[in-house]
Amino acid sequence: MGFMGADVDARFNKLGHQLMCMCGCNQVLLECNHVGCAYSERMRGELTASLERGDNDSLALQSFVQKYGNTVLSAPTSSGFNVIAWIMPFAVFAAASVLTVWLVRLWKSRPVAQPVASPNLGSEQLDKLRKKARQETEF
Amino acid sequence: MPQIGSFTLLLALALAVYSFGAGALALYRKDDRLGETARRAGIACWAAVTIAAFALVLAAFGNDFSVAYILHHSNRDLPIAYKFAALWSGQEGSLLLWAWLLSTYGLVMRLRYKVDPQLTAYASAIVAAVQVFFLLLVNFAAHPFGLVAGTIPPDGNGLNPLLQYPEMVIHPPMLYLGYVGVTAPFAFALGALIMKYPGEKWIHITRRWTMVAWLFLTCGIFLGAHWAYAVLGWGGYWGWDPVENASILPWLTMTAFLHSVIMQEKRGMMKMWNMWLIFTTFLLAIFGTFLTRSGVVSSVHAFAQSGIGIWFVWFLAIAFATCVFFFVRNRETLKSEHRLDSLVSRESSFLFNNLVLLVSCFAVLWGTLFPVLSEWVTGSKVTVGPPFFNRVNVPIGLFLVFLTGVGPLLAWRQTSLDSLRRNFLWPTVLGLATAVALIASGLRPWQDSAYFYSLMAISLSVFVFATIVGEFWRGGRVIARQQHINIFSGMVQITRRNTRRYGGYLVHFGVILIVIGFAGLPFNLDKEQEMGFGDKMQIGSYTLVCQSYTQDDKPNYGSEWAVLDVYKHGKKIDTMFPERRFYKASEQTSTIVANRSRPNEDLYLVYTGKNPDTGKPIIKAHVNPLVMWIWIGVFVVGIGTVLALIPNWKPPKVRAAEKEREDADAAALKRGAVEVGGD
Repeated sequence: MGFMGADVDARFNKLGHQLMCMCGCNQVLLECNHVGCAYSERMRGELTASLERGDNDSLALQSFVQKYGNTVLSAPTSSGFNVIAWIMPFAVFAAASVLTVWLVRLWKSRPVAQPVASPNLGSEQLDKLRKKARQETEF
Repeated sequence: MPQIGSFTLLLALALAVYSFGAGALALYRKDDRLGETARRAGIACWAAVTIAAFALVLAAFGNDFSVAYILHHSNRDLPIAYKFAALWSGQEGSLLLWAWLLSTYGLVMRLRYKVDPQLTAYASAIVAAVQVFFLLLVNFAAHPFGLVAGTIPPDGNGLNPLLQYPEMVIHPPMLYLGYVGVTAPFAFALGALIMKYPGEKWIHITRRWTMVAWLFLTCGIFLGAHWAYAVLGWGGYWGWDPVENASILPWLTMTAFLHSVIMQEKRGMMKMWNMWLIFTTFLLAIFGTFLTRSGVVSSVHAFAQSGIGIWFVWFLAIAFATCVFFFVRNRETLKSEHRLDSLVSRESSFLFNNLVLLVSCFAVLWGTLFPVLSEWVTGSKVTVGPPFFNRVNVPIGLFLVFLTGVGPLLAWRQTSLDSLRRNFLWPTVLGLATAVALIASGLRPWQDSAYFYSLMAISLSVFVFATIVGEFWRGGRVIARQQHINIFSGMVQITRRNTRRYGGYLVHFGVILIVIGFAGLPFNLDKEQEMGFGDKMQIGSYTLVCQSYTQDDKPNYGSEWAVLDVYKHGKKIDTMFPERRFYKASEQTSTIVANRSRPNEDLYLVYTGKNPDTGKPIIKAHVNPLVMWIWIGVFVVGIGTVLALIPNWKPPKVRAAEKEREDADAAALKRGAVEVGGD
C-alpha cells in the first residue's frame, strides 16, 4: 500500500504540473494557491480520483482535455499543428548556427590587406600601429 | 489638482511636439538657434510632466476620489508609501510614469549635450518623437486625471493587495527605468545612422546608456522575481507568464548588444548587426508594453484590457518603418572594416554568444505568441506554460553558460592550440571533478532530465568560475611582478585599470551564482497540512510544530497567522509566522510568506487558509534549495555593472606619457596649420 501511495503521489505531482488551473490565474494546477480558488481544489480532486481509478497518464490528461478544452494542458502536445511549437526554436537554433559558421568562413576568406610600406616604418606609423594593437587587445 | 495635472499634460505634449518639430527642422536647416530652442523645450517638457506626476501623487495623498484613477487604486487607510505606488498600479498612472521617466532620460541627455552637440541634437529629436507618442496616450487614450461622474464615493476601492508589499514600491520604477532607458541608446544609434556619424564615438555613448538601461532592467526583473517569491506564495520566482516574458525579451537583445558592441569597438565589425540589435531592443520594449496592455495574451500581471493596443501597433509600425528607411538609405556607412581570422577566436565566441541570446529571445517570443498563432491557424487556443519554456530554454541557457566560460579565454583573431590547452585545462578538470563529486554524492542525472540539467548547471558554473578566477589571477600576477606588490593588490589594480573587462567578469560571476540558484529547482520539496495546536509537520530535515494561531485587525486589513516553531535534528532553530491578510477596501485576500532563507536552502511557509470545518489553519511548506544564491548573484551583477561603468584608472606614468603625446600631437597640428597657412 505504501509503495502504491508513493507511486500515485509521484504521478499526481507529475501530471499536476502538466495541467493548468482554469480559474484564470494562468498558473500550473499544483502551483495555484488562491485562497478559495473555485477550480484548483476541484481539479486536484478529479486528478486524484482519476489516478485512484487506475487511469494511465494519457487517459487522465485526456479526460481533462475533454472537460476543460486544450488550454488545460500546460504545454502544447507534440502532434498536429502544435508540433511546430516544439520544432521551431530548435530549427531556428540550427539554422542560425549554420548561418554563423558560414559567416565566419566568409569573413575568413576576405582578402588580407598586405602591407606595402617599406620595412622601415616611421615613428608616426609605428605609433598608429601600437595604438591599434592596444585597442584590439585591451579587452 | 486634476485641473493642474490635465493642463500640464497638454502643455507637455505641446512642448514635446515643438521639441521634435523644431529640433528636426533645425538639423535640416543647420540652424543652431532653432536647435537650442528645441533643446530648451525638451527640458521644459520634463518640468511639465513632473508637475503632472506630482499632481497625481498629491491627489492620492489627499484622498481626492473625484479623480477616477485615485478612486480605483487607493483608499483612505492605505499607507503613504503605497499611495505613492498607486502612481504605477493602473494603466493610466503607469503610462504617466513612463512619460515622466522618458522625459527624465531626455532631460539628462539634453543637459549633457556638450558630450557631442550634433549627435545629441539628433538623439534629442528622436526622444522627443517618442515622448509625443506617450504624451498623446496619456492625454487622449488613458487620461490619469479623468473625473468621476455623479456622486463622489467617500472612500476608494483600494490598491490591489498583491501590490501592497515594500518591493512593489521599487520594482515597477526599476523595470520602467530599464524599459524606458532603452530609448536613449536607440535615439543615439538612429541619430548616428541618420547623420552618417563619422567615427566610433557614438558607439561609446550608446554603450554606456545601454549599460545603465540594462542594469535597471536586470534589477527590475529580479525584484519582480523576488516579489513573486515573497508574495504570491506558490514557492517559485519565475512562472514564464507573458508579462514576465515581455520583460526578458529586450533584456536578451540588450545583453547581446553589450557583447557584440565590443567587436565593433575593437575590430570595427558587426556595425549593421549592432545597429539592428539596438533597434530590436527598443521595438521589443515597446512590444512588451503592448503585450501587457492590449489583452492580446492573458496574464495575471496584465493591466485591464483596453483599446490602447492599436496605438502601440501604429507606433511600432512607424518606428520599424523609420528604422528600415534610414538603414536602407545610409547602410553604406556601416560597412565592416575587418576580416575574421579563425573560428577559434574571441570574435567567433561573440558571434555564437549573440546567436544563443537571440535564439533564446526568439524561443521566448515564439512561446509567448504561439497561443495566438495556434488560435489563428487552427481555431483552437493552447496554453504554452512553464514546461515548454523550461524544456526549450534550459539547454540553450546551459550552452550560453558554457560560452560565458569559453569566450574570455579565447584570443582575438586566433587562438593557438597551446593557449587553449593552457587556459582550459584547470577549468575543465574542476568542472568534471564537480560532476563526478555530485554523482558520487547521490545525484542521478540519468533518472530525470531535470537532474541532468542541474548537474550540468553546477558543473558548468564551476568551470566558468575557474576561468574567471584564472583571468583575475593572471592579470594580478603581471601587475604584482611589475610593481613588487602582492597578488591580491595586483588583482585590485588590474581591475581598476580595466574596469570594463573585470567588471564584465564580475557580472559573469554574478550570472553563474544565479545559475547555481536555479540548479536547486529539481530538489524542491513541498507539503500541505492542516495544523492545530501542537500538530507537527515533517518536511525535509525540518519539523514544524504549531504553537498557536491568532488574528489581528488593522485599519487597512485584518489578518490571521500561525506561530510555528521550527526544529532541525531535534533542536529548535526558529519560530516563523506565515500570515494571510484580508484587505478591507478591495475585499481581497493576500498571503504574507514566512521565509527562512539560508545559503543551502529556504524554508518557505504559506498560510493558505483555514479549514472551514475544523477552524484550523492549513499550512503549505516548501523547502527550496539554493534560492538565496539567485539574489546574491543579482547583487554581484549590479556591482559588476557599476564597476564597468566607472572610467579606467591610469597610473601617473601612463597619464604623463599620454599628456606628452597629446601635447606633441597638438604641436604637430599647429606646425601643420602654420605650414598650410604659409602656403
